[in-house]
Amino acid sequence: MSTEEGDKLHVVTADDISNNKKRLGKFLVWGSAIILAFTLFIQALDTNSYLTIDLETWRPSLYAYVFWAFCLCVSQVLTRGEHGKRVLFVLPAALFVISMVVFPLLFGLVIAFSDWNLSSPDGRTFNGLDNVRQMWGDPFYWNALKNMVWYTTVIIIEYAVAFGLAILLNSQIRARKFFRVAFLLPLMLSPVAVSWMIGKSMLEIRFGPISRFLRWLASEPSEDLPALLYYPGIYIADLAQWFGWASPSFFGSAGIARTMIMAMDAWTFIPFMMIMILAGLQAIPRELYEASEVDGASRWRQFLEITFPLMLPVSITAVLIRIIFKLKLADIIINITSGGPGGATDSVTSFIFREYRDRSNVGYGTLLAIVYLVIIVIAMTILIKLADRWMKPRY
Amino acid sequence: MNNQIFRDSESDRQFSASWLTGRVFVYSILLLWAFICLFPIYWTITTSFKMAPDVMKGNIIPWVDFTPKWLGWRSLGLSPETIGIESTVREEFLKRFWNSAIVSVCSSILAVGLGSCAAYGLSRFNYRFGFMRNSDISFFFLSQLILPPVVLALPFLVLYKSLDLLDTRIGLILLYTLTVLPIVIWIMRDQFSSIPTELEEAALVDGLSIWGAFTTIIMPIALPGMVAAFILSLVLTWNEYFFAALLTSSHAKTLPVMVASQTGSQGISWWSMAALSFAAILPLIVIAIILERYIIKGMAAGAVK
Repeated sequence: MSTEEGDKLHVVTADDISNNKKRLGKFLVWGSAIILAFTLFIQALDTNSYLTIDLETWRPSLYAYVFWAFCLCVSQVLTRGEHGKRVLFVLPAALFVISMVVFPLLFGLVIAFSDWNLSSPDGRTFNGLDNVRQMWGDPFYWNALKNMVWYTTVIIIEYAVAFGLAILLNSQIRARKFFRVAFLLPLMLSPVAVSWMIGKSMLEIRFGPISRFLRWLASEPSEDLPALLYYPGIYIADLAQWFGWASPSFFGSAGIARTMIMAMDAWTFIPFMMIMILAGLQAIPRELYEASEVDGASRWRQFLEITFPLMLPVSITAVLIRIIFKLKLADIIINITSGGPGGATDSVTSFIFREYRDRSNVGYGTLLAIVYLVIIVIAMTILIKLADRWMKPRY
Repeated sequence: MNNQIFRDSESDRQFSASWLTGRVFVYSILLLWAFICLFPIYWTITTSFKMAPDVMKGNIIPWVDFTPKWLGWRSLGLSPETIGIESTVREEFLKRFWNSAIVSVCSSILAVGLGSCAAYGLSRFNYRFGFMRNSDISFFFLSQLILPPVVLALPFLVLYKSLDLLDTRIGLILLYTLTVLPIVIWIMRDQFSSIPTELEEAALVDGLSIWGAFTTIIMPIALPGMVAAFILSLVLTWNEYFFAALLTSSHAKTLPVMVASQTGSQGISWWSMAALSFAAILPLIVIAIILERYIIKGMAAGAVK
């Protein structure tokens, strides 16, 4: 890593690094690298039982790696002086991410093509493309992928609701602070708690308040109500009965169960989009609205011609981030339906989670996850490219 | 001087009627949504004070429909009578609570530390790391956001097993740091790029080193952003369930895993589940009410350029 000309913060420093320092820095890096390599080598021999030290774990290698990383950072300062100090800003984070992501990913690629039951004593056996073949014929995985498409599509509705709420919050209202906090709260709640609070207790068929409310809507109004209330009551009851609310069931049929999961997820994440859009709305200069008012534009025209186009970049960012979060959706599903009925609510994450829980086969689960990652990366790249094209000014 | 000189014209008075309906419309929608947001929380609080018959009858308003009882909290060992007595459930709960607190606070601090340094470096200097320039390095960090947790989960399970990090707090801390790091970098990059470089230039001329300038001049200015990033990571890590469920079993189990393990059984005792859920979400509700400004600031970062 090296810094070069054109820094935003340009400082001329007279670095006078003695040869001894340079040598010391090089010695530190290579010395610790040799220690690391040596430890790895010994441990590899040990696990393959060429040696009999019987190390319980790979901890020594971990410590050697951390030591090497530390020496690398120190040597940057020793050998390169001021430039090294600058590198030190990014280097720890980069080393951290590389060791925590790149290495496990490569490792994941290895286990993806193997049959590895963690509880069996045989350990890992390479099985080539067997996992791929199994995936190809696994209807539940494809079903989970299809569900993800559904789950992602409803983001459009979430976005519309969030936009509406943001506009209302941005208008001249009293108690704005109260509304902001109230609207923010769902985002703070843990999905697990939400799945109990809403999914298990409020949507409970017999005693939950929501099913009770629906049953009340579907019940025939009593005769002694005044006519003004009685006749609408009958219509509402008929309508509610037509929806099947007389005996509501939320997780019985595939469509309704999926809708309920979508609604709960939307409930937690609408505040997130709302706040991003609100920030965007507040950044639109007032003069634009004043000018359009002088020109005689209606509220609707103002929205179409000013608010929406100006909000397009913010909207796209918000939706993209929301999609990223949606693709991780699992907690609610695991805790409420665990994929049921018949895999109708499964997301890919929850499916792999169950797959591992039931069979404790690491290899197959990892392959599914990596295929999912590839699909996501391709889809997101296309989306970002499209978004870029959209955001370009057309005139 | 009874005559008003300035008067609303006829058209303005008509406007007032439509203005009023508009107000009613706006407030009713806002109140409806506030109700939707708050009712589940209210329901959980009240349920934790209900007895079985109150739950069956669907009583909602305390003191009117039913008399609150400490039933749910007693089963957690947190009601006034049981708070002094030894209680295994309470010890279990406090242990999980403490695990969650340590893991989320440590990983948030670590993420903010690593992330703000990286974001500062990327906003000030041009790096070259192989073929990677600044924008590539930024993208490398931010692209971690796209990575779904499942992809890492199973490899980590195996790695942690061989590193003896399974079911330890430190393992969870490292993993959580990784998951929130891109968000911290996203927020802090925004924050640092709004601070003019002249500040450090002046400090450097006065003889501070670059790290001295960063810690004494820039960090205090960027503190609100760091607080925002910290709180956002705290929320995400406190609520994390997926990794915790996979990687912990008895020692380092966090609060969400405990809540989830109670829901699985049939015949849930509603009052104790409500008490447990409410105790799990309470810290974040308090944080949301007190530090709402920072949370909003953090999430709005990057929305407006």
